[in-house]
Amino acid sequence: MYSEELVVGWACRKVNRPVKWTSDRTEAFLADAHGRDHVAHAEMAMDKNGKFLAMRVNTTANLGAYLSTFATMVPSYLYAFLLAGQYSTPLIYSEVKAVFTNTAPVDAARGAGRPEATFLLERLVDVCAEDMGLDPAEIRRRNFIPVDAFPYQTPVVQCYDSGDYNAALDKALALADYEGFAGRAEEAKSRGKCRGIGLSSYVEACGIAPSAAVGQLGAGVGLWESAQVRFNPTGNVQVFTGTHSHGQGHETTFAQLVTEQLGVPIENIEVIHGDTSKTQFGMGTYGSRSLAVGGVAIAKACEKLIEKGKKIAAHALEAAEGDIEFADGNFAIAGTDKAMNIAEVAFNAYVPHSYPEGLEPGFDENAFFDPMNFSFPAGTHICEVEVDPDTGVVEIVKYSAVDDFGKLINPMIVEGQVHGGIVHGVGQALLEGCQYDSDGQLITASYMDYAMPRADNVPSFDVDYAPTNPPHNPLGVKGCGEAGAIGAPPAVINAISNALGIKHIDMPATPENVWRAAQTATS
Amino acid sequence: MNVNGESISGEVEDRMLLVEFLREHLRLTGTHVGCDTSQCGACVVHVNGVSVKSCTTLAVQAEGGDVTTIEGLAINGELHPMQQAFKDNHGLQCGFCTPGMVMSAIDIVNRNGSDVDEATVRKELEGNICRCTGYHNIVKAVHAGAKNMGG
Repeated sequence: MYSEELVVGWACRKVNRPVKWTSDRTEAFLADAHGRDHVAHAEMAMDKNGKFLAMRVNTTANLGAYLSTFATMVPSYLYAFLLAGQYSTPLIYSEVKAVFTNTAPVDAARGAGRPEATFLLERLVDVCAEDMGLDPAEIRRRNFIPVDAFPYQTPVVQCYDSGDYNAALDKALALADYEGFAGRAEEAKSRGKCRGIGLSSYVEACGIAPSAAVGQLGAGVGLWESAQVRFNPTGNVQVFTGTHSHGQGHETTFAQLVTEQLGVPIENIEVIHGDTSKTQFGMGTYGSRSLAVGGVAIAKACEKLIEKGKKIAAHALEAAEGDIEFADGNFAIAGTDKAMNIAEVAFNAYVPHSYPEGLEPGFDENAFFDPMNFSFPAGTHICEVEVDPDTGVVEIVKYSAVDDFGKLINPMIVEGQVHGGIVHGVGQALLEGCQYDSDGQLITASYMDYAMPRADNVPSFDVDYAPTNPPHNPLGVKGCGEAGAIGAPPAVINAISNALGIKHIDMPATPENVWRAAQTATS
Repeated sequence: MNVNGESISGEVEDRMLLVEFLREHLRLTGTHVGCDTSQCGACVVHVNGVSVKSCTTLAVQAEGGDVTTIEGLAINGELHPMQQAFKDNHGLQCGFCTPGMVMSAIDIVNRNGSDVDEATVRKELEGNICRCTGYHNIVKAVHAGAKNMGG
């Protein structure tokens, strides 16, 4: 929460009329929370086959000059709890030191903690592979949590419910033509370019969050989600959700969900969100939770409508409630052709002329959902780059992503989320960074100085899926909003490291940083 | 000036930006301000058929000219082929950059023809920032729109 949100409310009451507040871009750079900003030291112990035995991580996390909303939760339960990644490392030690500095507050940004954990771990795994003389794909394979080990209790609190990490890796290797890389690198060399390939096998915890889990950590909130599904007498449906859509297409996905559950034509469904004068209290959109938590609340409200509809149809059709079956939008007496569709039931519910005592009119239900566990999307991303050693310019020539998001309700929207997430991660890897000078002056306070990824910084992407079914989620969905931003940074940096034959380069890998690294590598 | 085919006149301060004139005087709020420094492209409109960033153009510079904003593209409720292509190809998520993207895309096709290649589209969209889509579907939409504009 930002103080401006409170000030607008205060000003509104003061002048007794609506007040709009607009930030300009520089104000946003100065005062909005920043992201990431860890310094970490990590060590891995392996046996002679490259099997991980133990990992130790010491992290210093910048929190800025004062705490913002999620603040300490980001480098703790969204970071340290993800340090097992996709691997069965039996022992993990993590120490996180949070420090105050003179920067803007550091808080949740797409992925929040999980990109930091994934970057650290996936870079470390590549260094391990190099030290052991193993192929990066092979060392991952040797250490993956096997598919029959789920539910898998990690040594760092999280218990993963489902996953098949080999399936995603295999598919990604094929999509990226990993086998053909050596030939492409050879050809690039003839043009004076260093070509590199980088893997990133990530797991994240989203669908945030079980209230019990955050309660244990001392958070003062519950992280359930709410829904209301209301039929009007005309048969039109209004879906009120406590989550918020600002481009993720919930209006479409949630309407599809209700169509699937209730058999109502999609054009008869209106999704309403973000207006507190209309919607019930909700917890909102963050942590890839809108479908995995909010969507389940909607499905539960739909189930309640079906139960109520059975009572109404039984009364109207003069049958026993137990004999009414619901399928494809119709309530039918089992084994007969006597049926009412759901719109007729809704109309009946608002014209209750002969209802017996105890049968409540109206066709409008609320539901809440509080998950029992996080959901654990995972996947393998493979990035291929060409580096110009003379200028340090990195070109991403191919990017392949294979993700496990569970069931996809709208693949087009999911793909859009993956694309956007990847470029967010590419931005972090190659371009973006908040820079202060020694006097504490922010010197990246406009888009002139803060380098956002642009269309010519990235290629088109190859995206595929390797889904598994999460047993804790009634819809079988895992969440897809942050995966790209989590998977991409180490894939990009691993590719650059591979291209130059170096062990370390900090983000952002700007042309200057890459050029310096290339000079060191060749000298 | 002529805005979206309508003759407009107004008295403004010398320093008024074209985007302020469009948004605040004419209430054409489809043209957005995203950065104030001519970097993000959310403010792109056409002046005399060429794309310009209206956040760094003075209103008086467009005096006597033909200005087209995103509101001026659809004819009788029928979307411009480029708008339709963005819709068909999921070329937008939050939509903030979309008006500028569409205006730039039309200009790119006008200058490069309907068989413009991906590298050119990406290079020439460099002045329009999108945080949501990762550009993949925008580039796809520009190609689809280019085809439809050509045909």
